[in-house]
Amino acid sequence: MKQSTPPQDWDHSLVDDIVARHKGAEGPLLPILHELQAAFGFISEDAMRLVAQALNITRAEVYGVVSFYHDFRTAPPARHVLKICRAEACQAMGGEAQAEALLARLGLGWGEATADGKLAVEPVYCLGLCACGPNAMLDGAPRARLSEAGLDALVREALA
Amino acid sequence: MMRLYLPRDAATLALGGEALATAIQAEAARRGVAVTLIRNGSRGLFWLEPLVEIETPQGRLGFGPMQVEDVPGLFGPDLARHPKALGLVDEIPFLARQTRLTFARCGLTDPLSLADYEAHGGFKGLNRAREIGPAAICAQITASGLRGRGGAGFPTGVKLETVRKAEADRKYIVCNADEGDSGTFADRLLIEADPFCLIEGMAIAGQAVGAARGYVYLRSEYPQAIETLRAAIALAERAGKLPGFSLEVRVGAGAYVCGEETALLDSLEGKRGMVRAKPPIPALHGLFGRPTVVNNVLSLATLPFIMAEGAEAYASFGTGRSRGTMPVQLAGNVRHGGLFETGFGITLGELVEEIGGGTASGRALRAVQAGGPLGAYFAPHQFGTVYDYEAFAAQGGLIGHGGLVLFDDRVNMARMARFAMAFCAHESCGKCTPCRLGSTRGAEVLDKIIRGERRAENAALLEDLCETMKFGSLCALGGFTPYPVMSALKLFPEDFGLTPHAAALA
Repeated sequence: MKQSTPPQDWDHSLVDDIVARHKGAEGPLLPILHELQAAFGFISEDAMRLVAQALNITRAEVYGVVSFYHDFRTAPPARHVLKICRAEACQAMGGEAQAEALLARLGLGWGEATADGKLAVEPVYCLGLCACGPNAMLDGAPRARLSEAGLDALVREALA
Repeated sequence: MMRLYLPRDAATLALGGEALATAIQAEAARRGVAVTLIRNGSRGLFWLEPLVEIETPQGRLGFGPMQVEDVPGLFGPDLARHPKALGLVDEIPFLARQTRLTFARCGLTDPLSLADYEAHGGFKGLNRAREIGPAAICAQITASGLRGRGGAGFPTGVKLETVRKAEADRKYIVCNADEGDSGTFADRLLIEADPFCLIEGMAIAGQAVGAARGYVYLRSEYPQAIETLRAAIALAERAGKLPGFSLEVRVGAGAYVCGEETALLDSLEGKRGMVRAKPPIPALHGLFGRPTVVNNVLSLATLPFIMAEGAEAYASFGTGRSRGTMPVQLAGNVRHGGLFETGFGITLGELVEEIGGGTASGRALRAVQAGGPLGAYFAPHQFGTVYDYEAFAAQGGLIGHGGLVLFDDRVNMARMARFAMAFCAHESCGKCTPCRLGSTRGAEVLDKIIRGERRAENAALLEDLCETMKFGSLCALGGFTPYPVMSALKLFPEDFGLTPHAAALA
């Protein structure tokens, strides 16, 4: 999801607010986790404990859900996240080779962040723009028909 | 007043649509021309996006793919000589050759205008459904021959009838909008271009089975679709269009397996997205243990047409047991990529060569993957295959959610086979062993073949492993991953360092 506002510092009462807003809903756990991550950038141990208490489920259950889904993080993210599509349609347009070359230039592996914490490059499997690949998403904003130069420009934008 | 259209969907946004919108407004202001810029949905002609349309007495003129420097020309005296002029949009062959039933309004209307929706036949189907009642709705949908467009192809009317007859304190309509298959974008396109159509379809399903609550499980990779659908639901509810039916969008969290219906239900319940063993079927024991209709976006969005125009109108298209239309999605290395809704019965070759125009690179078309990451590869000698459920199954493939991904002659099919196994390993929910372990071992065996270690023996081992995954997995993730793997091996043995003879023995 788009990170329109920068993540904020730990705030116990904000967690309580988020939980309270969804507690009455059917199957409230995923909506709560999404909102926590949108607010804080990641889902901390403390947040998981509070959620478990409020929903009357075990911490293990909450952790199990957080760790199952690729979207949820348990550590603060890099300031910018570039998600590059690695699925078949983008591969057919040379996306994989382009992405590997970019990672090599940045000295990163998939899922890693630059040393200054400014940019992480993560894999994503399909953005639904498969007729105009290769595609990527920078901080929630989709970009299509990316050339090598276009991908570099995105990285410069993020690192600026 | 000059009326222009520029889509607001994710593809247009990703191709610089906002800069174009700003440029159009600025140029109009500079020239003192009054303009109305309508942000429509995409027509699905993606090689022409961003596509700007100008309304004229003769119809809408198209210009694309537009760049900011092409904007001043839109205000020039001779539109026909604009370098990006495409003529009347309705006459572009890719669009003119389609049969748009489910996607009839896409690109024509403002996605968030209820007035526009109703002016183009919106809510006619729901009104008729309310008149004829649950049993007649189910009978109509069964008679239309509509089958689940998510990929499984199960008769939609039969599913609705099962839920209708089930007794429970409450029932649910769940829309599967977890469109994770690479090469597919029809759900996204529909939600971003005509969200009220899905909403109406879900309300019809609610009427059919007596459900008062619906959920749309929409993937997190589609932020624009989430925003559009939430806005549309709020508009429809505020206008009192959905009495007795409430609808909510729930956002996925990046797990491909949640596109499988039972994993999706577990995810909606707030659990890990683990696949459930069937039976019990979700129609009887679904969300929170209640009878639940789980259908794909396209199946639900087709209900308004069937209700409004009648079952026969829909069933008159198609061939054999595949009735109606399929929104085929041409993707990957394709010259004319986009959404092509057509009656079943066209051939694969017509789709990829005539309509898709071959590869974008201009090189030889070598392989087509049909039906997403779990679908088989097809080679050019199979392009005579008729596009319908049965003919594809007979070729050891599937049409799935309608995606066709084209690859040119630079593709290495051994690498694609390895990718299929690695993707399965990455996305496996872990519940059943053939999928959880088989996919990892499969990638390892393929690594050995690629490295040249005892190729023939390892190919035989791979086939054996694929058989185990196919028949021993709980769901389509482990069960269908063998399709791309084995089709790549059989059709393109040279990429695996094998002779055709050795591959045939494997």
